[in-house]
Amino acid sequence: MSERVIPPKPLSFPGGIHPAKDGKGLTEHKAVEKAPLLEDYVVLVSQNVGAPPKVTVKKGDAVKKGDILAEAGGFVSAALHSPTSGVITDIGEAPGPMGVNVPAIFIKADGLDEWSDKLPAGLNWREASADELKSRIASSGIVGMGGAAFPTHVKLSPPPDKKIDCVILNGAECEPYLTADHRLMVETPERVLAGAAIMGKILGVENIAIGVELNKPDAIAALEARAQEYGVKIVGLKVQYPQGSEKQLIYAITGRCVPTGGLPMDAGCVVQNVATAAAIYDAVAEGHPLIERVVTITGDIVVNPGNYLVRIGTPVIKLVEWASGVKSEPRKLILGGPMMGFAQKSYNVPVSKNTSGVLLLGGAEIIQYESSSCIRCGMCVRGCPMHLSPGPLSMLIENEKFDLAGQNHVMDCLECGACAYACPAHRPLVQHMRRAKAEIRRAGKK
Amino acid sequence: MSEENKSAIMMPKADDLILSSSPHIHSDVNVRKIMLKVILALVPALIASVIFFGWDAVRVIVITALSAVVAEGLWLWLAKRPLTPLRDLSALLTGLLLAMNLPSNASWWICVVGGFLAIWVGKQVFGGLGHNIFNPALVARVALLIALPAAMTTWTPTGGLLEKNMRLPSGENVSITTVAESEAPAVISCATPLGEAAELKRTPNGAATFAPITEKSDYVKYFLGERLGSLGETSCLALLIGGIALMFMKLIKWQIPIFFIATVAVFTAIVHLCAPAMTPPPLFHLLTGGLLLGAFFMATDMVTSPMTTGGCILFGVGCGVITCVIRIWGGYPEGVSFSILLMNALVPLIDRLFQLRPFGYVRKRA
Repeated sequence: MSERVIPPKPLSFPGGIHPAKDGKGLTEHKAVEKAPLLEDYVVLVSQNVGAPPKVTVKKGDAVKKGDILAEAGGFVSAALHSPTSGVITDIGEAPGPMGVNVPAIFIKADGLDEWSDKLPAGLNWREASADELKSRIASSGIVGMGGAAFPTHVKLSPPPDKKIDCVILNGAECEPYLTADHRLMVETPERVLAGAAIMGKILGVENIAIGVELNKPDAIAALEARAQEYGVKIVGLKVQYPQGSEKQLIYAITGRCVPTGGLPMDAGCVVQNVATAAAIYDAVAEGHPLIERVVTITGDIVVNPGNYLVRIGTPVIKLVEWASGVKSEPRKLILGGPMMGFAQKSYNVPVSKNTSGVLLLGGAEIIQYESSSCIRCGMCVRGCPMHLSPGPLSMLIENEKFDLAGQNHVMDCLECGACAYACPAHRPLVQHMRRAKAEIRRAGKK
Repeated sequence: MSEENKSAIMMPKADDLILSSSPHIHSDVNVRKIMLKVILALVPALIASVIFFGWDAVRVIVITALSAVVAEGLWLWLAKRPLTPLRDLSALLTGLLLAMNLPSNASWWICVVGGFLAIWVGKQVFGGLGHNIFNPALVARVALLIALPAAMTTWTPTGGLLEKNMRLPSGENVSITTVAESEAPAVISCATPLGEAAELKRTPNGAATFAPITEKSDYVKYFLGERLGSLGETSCLALLIGGIALMFMKLIKWQIPIFFIATVAVFTAIVHLCAPAMTPPPLFHLLTGGLLLGAFFMATDMVTSPMTTGGCILFGVGCGVITCVIRIWGGYPEGVSFSILLMNALVPLIDRLFQLRPFGYVRKRA
C-alpha cells in the first residue's frame, strides 16, 4: 500500500473515457431554485439498499413535515420522513425507478408545510459525541445520494478490524449533464465541508479530502475558501469518466487500490457523496431529516433546464413542468446521468433520495444502434477503469460461458458504461456484463 | 407558474418512451469511420504507386478493390444474409491492401482471384469481419504467391519506372526504354532490391558483397519509392506519412509497427556486423521489401492482432524475428507476409499470456 495519503496534485486513475459532449453547460451556471409546494407527493417506501423500511403510518393519518413515515427495517436500512405536512391518502403502489410498480405512500399536502414538533434539536457538531452524531444520521434516514443509496450510518460503522484513516467526499460528478452536486458545492460549501468534518469526527479520522473534477473551478474555489476552518483538503481531479467511482476516486486521491471484491474500507477509506455530506450537516445542525435534495432537470430538448431543490416524492413530470416543458417529444426519460442512469417508462416516477438528475433525450441524441461483431479494436479495454477486457468477455457471454466470464473477472465490472460508450461496433457490453453477473450470482445461490 | 403559461408550454406525452440499458450516449466512432480513416491513411501510398507504376497501378487497384467488394456482396447474397456489412467498408479496405501487395504487372484475373480469395477464404469462411484469424489480404497474397510463384515474382517495370535506369539480371544498368527498342518490355524482368540481395549473396565477396545495391543514391531511391516491388510497398515516405497518421489517430497500436521495425533493425544489424556477406546492412532492410507496408498496415489489422500492450510488443517482435529469419536464411527473399500470418495464428495464445489483471487484483493464496 502506498505511503502517500493526500497528494497535492490533480490526479486520476488508469483507463476511463472522456465523453465528447458533457452537456454540463446547460445547467452548471443555473442557481438552485426552490421548487414550489405540490398538492400531492408519492414517497416510495424502499429508497435504500438493504432491508426496506417498515411503514408506520396508515391511510387517513395526518402527518407533519419531517414526521416518520417508515422506520428502518434493520441495521442496513433507512427511515423515511414526510416531505410536507398533510394527510396520508393511500398506501399502495407507484411506478418505481426500476420500471416496476413498488410500494409507495401517497400524501395530500395541506399547503401549510409545517415542521413536525417531534424533530430533535440541532446539535453543535464540534461538541457532540461520535455516537450522538451517528445515531442522528441513522434516524434522519440518510443514504448515499450519489446513486447507490447505501445507508450512510452503516458506512460510518466499519467493523473494528478495519482501520479507517481517510474520509473522501465525492464531488467529481463525472456523469455528463448532471450539475446538482456542482451547484451544491458552489452555493453551500459550508454544509458540504461541515458534513465532511462530522464524518471525520465520527470515524476519528484527520485526513478528510473532497475530490472535485477540474471542470468545476468555481466549486473548487468555493470549497477551498473555507476548507481550512473545517480541516478538509480539496483535491482537483482530472476530468475523466468514471472519476467519481469509489475505487477510482480512492486511487486518484490516495494512490491505494481497493482489492478486487473488496470495499473502500479495505483500503482504509470511507467514501461519501457531497450531497450526502450536506444532508448530514442538515440532520446534525438543524435536526432536519432527509426530505429534499437538489435535482438537475436537463437535456438539449428541455426548454429551460436547471437545478431544483425538490422534495423527495415529487413526480418527475413536475420537474419537466418547472423547466417550461420540452422543445420536441422526448424519446428517453432517464433518472440519473446518461452513462449509468436508468431509462424510465413513466413520467410519474417520483424523485427518490438518490435521484441526482432527470435527463430527457430526444431527436438526434437518440440513435438506435445496430450492433455488429467485435473487431478487437481494444477501445473497450483502454476505456475500462477496472482493466477488464469487455469485448472478449461479451463474446464469452454471448456463448453463455458464464463460468469463463467469471474466471475473467466479470464480477469486478462497475457497469460504468465506458466500454459501451467507446465501442465502434456498438455492442451492448454493459447489458452482457449485467447478464453474466446475474447468472453467476444465481449459480452461486444454488 | 401561472395556469396561462402552463397551457402554452409543450409537455411530453408518455406513451412511447424507449427503455434500454445504460449508457444512453455513445461516442461517434463506428466501424465504418475506422475503416474510412485507414483507407485515407493508405492514400499517400496509393498515389505513390500511381506515380511510380503509372496506369498499371490504377488498373490493379481498381480491379482488386472492386472484386473484393463484389466478393463480399456475392457471399452475403448467397448466404441469404443482409447486405449491411458492405457499408462498413472493410471489404474495400481489404481489396486496397491486397492491391498494395500485388506487382504492377499482375494480370486482371490474378487481381480478381486475389479479391475473392481474400474475402471468401480469408474472411467470410470464418464468419465475416471480426471472426477471421488471419489478415485476409495476406491470405490472398500468400495463396497467390505459392500458387503462381512466377506471376507474383516477375517484376516488370511499368509507367514512370520505364524511363529510369534499371539493373538487369545481367548486372547491366540501363534505361528500359533503350532496351525496349530491341526487346518488348513485357518480357523484361528485373529484380526487387531484396531479390538482388539474394542474388548477390550467391557470390560472396566479403564486406563488398552488397556494395552495388547499398550506395547512398540507392537508399534515396528506396526511401522515395523508385524501385521495383509490390504496388504499395515501394515508397517508404508515403507509407510513413500514412503510418504516423494512423498512430496519432490511435487507430493502430503503435507498439506493433515500432517493435516490428526495431526488431528487424536490431536483428539485421547484429547479423550484418558478424557476417557482412550474409545480409545487407539494417537500413537496407528497413527501406526495402514490404516491411513498412506490413508493419504499419498489415500487422496492425485490429481483428488479427493482440488487444493488450504487452501482447502487441510480443507480436511486433515476433513478426520482426520471423521476417529476418526468412530474409536471411529462408528460400524466399521476403518474409514480411509469412511472418505476419504466422504471428496471426499465435494471437489467441498471446492474448491469453498477457491477460489483464483487474484493477486492485490480489492473487489468491492457495
